Amino acid sequence: MNALIYTSSLGIACLLAEIFNLRRWILPAAVFGLLIIIGLTIQDWDTDQSAREAALYNMLRADGFSLSFSILLMALTVLLLLLGKTFYASEAGKISDYVVLILFILAGGLAMVSFGNVAMLFLGIEVLSVSLYIMAAANKRERRSNEAGMKYFLMGAFASGLLLLGIALLYGETGSFDVVEIRDYIASNNATPLLYAGMALILIAMLFKVGAAPFHFWAPDVYDGSPTLHTALMATVAKIAAFAAFYRLFSACFTPLLNPFGWLFSAVVALTITVGTLSALMQESFKRMMAFSGVSNAGFLMIAIATLYGKTDNAVLYYGFAYGMASITAFAVAMYVFALSGSEKFDSFNGLARSHPWLAFAMTIAMLSLAGIPPLAGFFGKYYLFSEALRNGRMFLVLVAILNSIVAVYYYLKVVYHMYFFQIPDSGRINRVPFNYVVVIILTTTATVFGGLFPSAIIGWW
Amino acid sequence: MLILVILSVALVGSILAWLSGNRLASKVALFISLLNLVLAATGLKLASEADFSLLAFSASWISQPKINFQLIADGIGILMIGLTNALIPLIILASSSRSLQNERVFYALILFMQFALIGVFAASDGFLYYIFWELALIPIFFIAWLWGDGQREYRSKVILKFFIYTLAGSLFMLFGFIYLYLKAGSFALKDLYALNLSEEEQKWLFWAFFIAFAIKIPVFPFHTWQPETYTESPTAGSMLLSGIMLKMGIYSMLRWLLPVVPEGVAFWTPIVIVLCVIGVVYGSLIAIKQDNIKRLVAYSSFAHVGLIAAGVFTFSKAGLQGSVVQMIAHGFNVVGLFFAGEIIYRRISSYHITRMGGIRNFAPHFTTYFLIITLASVALPTTNAFVGEFLLLYGIYEYNTVLALVAGLTVVLGAVYMLRMFQRVMLGNIQPSQPVFADLNLAEKAVFLPLVLVIFACGIYPHYILKLAEPAVDAILQAALR
Repeated sequence: MNALIYTSSLGIACLLAEIFNLRRWILPAAVFGLLIIIGLTIQDWDTDQSAREAALYNMLRADGFSLSFSILLMALTVLLLLLGKTFYASEAGKISDYVVLILFILAGGLAMVSFGNVAMLFLGIEVLSVSLYIMAAANKRERRSNEAGMKYFLMGAFASGLLLLGIALLYGETGSFDVVEIRDYIASNNATPLLYAGMALILIAMLFKVGAAPFHFWAPDVYDGSPTLHTALMATVAKIAAFAAFYRLFSACFTPLLNPFGWLFSAVVALTITVGTLSALMQESFKRMMAFSGVSNAGFLMIAIATLYGKTDNAVLYYGFAYGMASITAFAVAMYVFALSGSEKFDSFNGLARSHPWLAFAMTIAMLSLAGIPPLAGFFGKYYLFSEALRNGRMFLVLVAILNSIVAVYYYLKVVYHMYFFQIPDSGRINRVPFNYVVVIILTTTATVFGGLFPSAIIGWW
Repeated sequence: MLILVILSVALVGSILAWLSGNRLASKVALFISLLNLVLAATGLKLASEADFSLLAFSASWISQPKINFQLIADGIGILMIGLTNALIPLIILASSSRSLQNERVFYALILFMQFALIGVFAASDGFLYYIFWELALIPIFFIAWLWGDGQREYRSKVILKFFIYTLAGSLFMLFGFIYLYLKAGSFALKDLYALNLSEEEQKWLFWAFFIAFAIKIPVFPFHTWQPETYTESPTAGSMLLSGIMLKMGIYSMLRWLLPVVPEGVAFWTPIVIVLCVIGVVYGSLIAIKQDNIKRLVAYSSFAHVGLIAAGVFTFSKAGLQGSVVQMIAHGFNVVGLFFAGEIIYRRISSYHITRMGGIRNFAPHFTTYFLIITLASVALPTTNAFVGEFLLLYGIYEYNTVLALVAGLTVVLGAVYMLRMFQRVMLGNIQPSQPVFADLNLAEKAVFLPLVLVIFACGIYPHYILKLAEPAVDAILQAALR
């Protein structure tokens, strides 16, 4: 599990490159560096797991779950960095800051998906969050961006405090930070109020980090205020990492503890899905819509935690893949369109089908995938989750999820509606799509389509 | 193997039509759909010689969950594929004489729709079937949405309602399929037939599937999307929806509902069959009052399919046979009716019956064709619908005499609204505002002539369809008796 070390080193190298005036090479170096790290991580698959873990004193565990999520996160980051070339074109002076922060966000995410020790989890979350606070406020002259950064920071810091307190209580009871030791302790001892309090605090913090109801209120404002690329970063890399950490911790340690409160957790899941869907329905701004759609998607993913006995990690990975790819397509198109029209409302998509039929097509695929229409990847993501939930008798959750999927179709199609049904506002819209956008959109759309046609390629890696 | 060819020709055709550009798209699409018709005719010939070896194909697709790309067309399946492939060229021909925006996308979508429809009729793996079922929704949604008639804002509301309504139904079906998979460990049709489900399970699984099918057909009270969607769609869209797509629902009841949850069907039939019959009477009564010719046809279609669905739920040989014959008859008749409406609209730019009248004085050819199709839809003997309607009513009569009497009103009421419509549109005085009405041109005749030939062929020699469907119907009844 050296990806974390490599990524952090890459980030530091990029910082140094700024000093040596190699600014032009930072972005290409980051992209190629990450591609190499992805290659090395894929090679890790074949090596002996116990040897790798011993080398890191069980701080990180390189199991199938962490390796595959690491690869997914790195791939998503590469795509976002590619988009960054155009997005940061006007701010070339600050490119090293941005690239380095993105790499540190990734490093935090890698720690979060592969931790073997709760201290490592906390470190990962903090590295990711602190970098994200800066990214949210990156547009210094824009008031909404400042507000987003401030809001995110205050609420996020509070959640981190709760998380730390929870970990402390957990340590007080079990005497260990190690996930395996905590698990064994919980499995062999009776639950005490201290343990429950620790779990509850950690649960609240994690619900905040993934943006689940009733701790989701930061999401729409922060998503809306941040620069669009950074919103994409939050919606994909940060969200998937946070969820993977949530899943990893709870499925490893807290199954017996959460069991008596299954109904309560199911209620939270149902609430998250419903609140996200219904609020997304009302939005005028695309980014706010994506924020609420992210809330409801977090709820869908939490179905996997609610079905604690199932072998749901595959389903979570696939859902993360499908959601990440479709979101990046959507945000890439949105970034291009917003830059042209200067607005972030749905109206800015008007007439896109006429002026850029291919972009509109890719966006339609992304929206249909998010809405879960077969045979796109998003459909299989939902299918695997529903199927695991039904296998474990969570019929109520599946019904809630199905009802919300129906409603969700409406707001995803709203984008399609604006693209195909309205005329272009003024004639000067037609503009060439930058090459790097084209590459990213082709890659993600292909992944969405082929991930749906051949889901076996992603599911069942380990 | 042939079945795979038929399926892929539609998909390849869709891509070719899109590539060929706006000017050539309609011709390319027509050519490919005719080619596919020949292939389907070959399939029908093989099936009538009881040789089904070429009509099955299987390849493994997804390992987890276990999903096979399995296509098996039985007698009914190949008949439905034949219906699809016969109607698609007619629909393309009917649209091609009217110029449209962005034609290559339009025709590509029609052929893509054909691909999905053939997939639905052939798939014998539940998951594959579900994917085709959903896939069929996408092209028709865009066809109706982007090329529809009427006011844009209103239309987009109507079409979105249709999309979400039908999608809602299918998601419950997905729920049902996942449940069945967890029980059977496979999506294959024969494994689902062999599954031992308790009566309780069958009772609720019935609704998971039935709602999806009932919305698509539509059965009362799930029909509220239908009249508006038919009215707002372009004529090609209404033809696709009513001619072929609603048959997906009835066909799926035969293939995926009756034999899979027979006890559930038996339990709920008394309620469901009454709903179907309510639809028959209700649709007919509303059709009488309609002024818009497309809405009238929409409600008449609603009434007709209510009768077909009632026939299916009698669970008897006569009812099932009748439903197969009537599905095919209704497909051709309703396409003919929508096309007649389209012809009038092209000439007087209105669908309102009050603005029509005396057309027979100008257009003898049109009048003749229209009359034949009108009489076929009121099930005159020697036309195709007579056999189907007779068998259906016979099946319902065996099930319950009173219901048969009520459902039999369809014959009377159908004659009322169809003949009244024909009288007001074609006969009577010439409208002063419409002093001329051009008769059919060649392309329009080329649509009507095959329709009329098929109407008589099926009416005079229904034995062919009945013989082809019989083994499949027996197999369904057999599977339900396990």
